[in-house]
Amino acid sequence: MGSITFIEHHGAEHAVEIETGKSLMQIAMDNGVPGIDADCGGEAACGTCHVIVDGNWISATGKAGDEELQMLDMTPDRAPTSRLACQIIATDAMDGLVAHLPEFQM
Amino acid sequence: MNIVNLVAEKGAALVPMPTQIKAAHLLYKAKTKLGIYTEFPEFVEAPIPDVSTLAIEDIDVSNPFLYRQNRWESYFKRLRDECPVHYQKNSAFGPFWSVTRYEDILFVDKNHKLFSSEPFIVIGKAPDELAVEMFIAMDPPKHDVQRRAVQGVVAPKNLKEMEGLIRERTRDVLDKLPLDAPFNWVEDVSIELTSRMLATLLDFPYENRRKLVYWSDLAGGGAESTGGLNDSDELFRGMVDMSRHFSRLWHEKKARAAAGEEPGFDLITLLQSNDDTRDLINRPLEFLGNLALLIVGGNDTTRNSMTGGVFALNRFPDEFTKLKSDPSLITNMVSEIIRWQTPLAHMRRVATQDVELNGQTIKKGDKVVMWYASGNRDERAIDQPEQFIIDRKNARNHLSFGFGVHRCMGNRLAELQLRILWEELLARFDKIEVIGEPEYVQSNFVRGYSKMMVQLSAKPSEA
Ligand code: HEM
Ligand code: FES
Repeated sequence: MGSITFIEHHGAEHAVEIETGKSLMQIAMDNGVPGIDADCGGEAACGTCHVIVDGNWISATGKAGDEELQMLDMTPDRAPTSRLACQIIATDAMDGLVAHLPEFQM
Repeated sequence: MNIVNLVAEKGAALVPMPTQIKAAHLLYKAKTKLGIYTEFPEFVEAPIPDVSTLAIEDIDVSNPFLYRQNRWESYFKRLRDECPVHYQKNSAFGPFWSVTRYEDILFVDKNHKLFSSEPFIVIGKAPDELAVEMFIAMDPPKHDVQRRAVQGVVAPKNLKEMEGLIRERTRDVLDKLPLDAPFNWVEDVSIELTSRMLATLLDFPYENRRKLVYWSDLAGGGAESTGGLNDSDELFRGMVDMSRHFSRLWHEKKARAAAGEEPGFDLITLLQSNDDTRDLINRPLEFLGNLALLIVGGNDTTRNSMTGGVFALNRFPDEFTKLKSDPSLITNMVSEIIRWQTPLAHMRRVATQDVELNGQTIKKGDKVVMWYASGNRDERAIDQPEQFIIDRKNARNHLSFGFGVHRCMGNRLAELQLRILWEELLARFDKIEVIGEPEYVQSNFVRGYSKMMVQLSAKPSEA
């Protein structure tokens, strides 16, 4: 079992266990990681589960698809490795992954 | 080609906006006289029958009295259960599809390529001459560009700056309310607070703030657009007045900035300090449209959530007890209020191609109405949906703000204003009692209250 670390905007770190097959949004919510709202419950339709994948880990998660980009385009704090956490399905290969949380979700 | 566009393209910068709208009004009147337009008939209220007495194809949820007569829940429940994607072929607004289940609404809202937001997002239409450019009724990519230009003003970062002012203005309203005597909550609290919030957002002259409410009520309330009561002449006059005030606001702001005034956190400052929009005033339709959209979007939605929250806590008194013993539930309750009230009943789309949805074939060009009010009562998606539960799990997962690229831009501001209101109410009052029954707005779009009498009692002072 590996782990993923979410880092809040002001620096607080939350290491949580990977549950393969679940989305990163779901894993964060299940573990009470603050800073994700997930207003649409994982449908890529609200943009409030925005995370910024740390550096090279984007190759493990893959880039945002078209549908996802539509929503991301309108989020504040948008970065090149921005993703919607509900669209990243956890795999064992993500052991050690770091995802930054934006200051605000919108 | 409508005249406003024509004038705008030929010489937008030369012809002042109020004149353009006056010209549009003349054209509108002329067309009506010539019979090119037929006057839209007024709606006359009649008792709405029990839904079980109707054949499914005769169910017409565009009736603007459905909410007032408290028939909406049973009507939509029957559609959700028996015919979740339903075709009504002769409504006053023409034929339209109703999408009534949560899942299906999400599908339509997300798929903007299949379902266009142009030309209108309400079930009916506005006079063509008044088609100012609002990005809520535009598809990407145009929508995205315009939304991005104004979004910053209601982004959480900016809201943090505005929070203090909103709280101060809220306290001031609450401190002046009478104790132990009934008053109209809609007028004295909901409308007053909303107008203060909108004036803060635009840095609009504070003493004229009620005008913002008046204009946006006009814009959303026509018979032809939503089954409301307003007439077109008043609408045109209101829009002339609005464009005059907004252009003055723009110029005054610019002059004050040039004279060295500290930049504010308001929309005009934001637009004037951004390269893409610093000359927005020269694109009058876009300028007017963006300002109007902000006040229309933020007006009766927030207002009716402020009234709806008090009403809900009176209908479900145990929840008020729960709230008083644990005020940290306010944040969650705010989402539940917005779900329970669902201030906007619907948004509409037009199919861009034939689409299969839940067993029905929607044809290209058909009008498709997403009934958020129904989706928020869908027992397939929400547990005990008719109950108001302030500590509901996943309360944020509701449809009231829509989903997809048009998802409500002002949702964080609305939540902030409501959270502040409830924090300040709980700090002051022990009882917030609704006296009698509220009165409801006539509309198939706005789910709102025109009057609700309330009586307050002060918190016992801590000895
Ligand atoms: C409880 C309060 C509110 C409710 C229920 C509400 C509801 C909605 C809904 C249903 C939509 C369309 C979503 C869709 O088509 O998927 C919308 C869009 C919008 N709302 Fe709100 N709204 C509220 C408050 C506000 C406030 C306070 C503002 C601004 C001050 C605002 C500004 C807007 C704007 C600009 C849009 C257009 C967004 C776009 O097309 O991209 N709303 N709102
Ligand atoms: S939860 Fe809504 S976009 Fe991910």
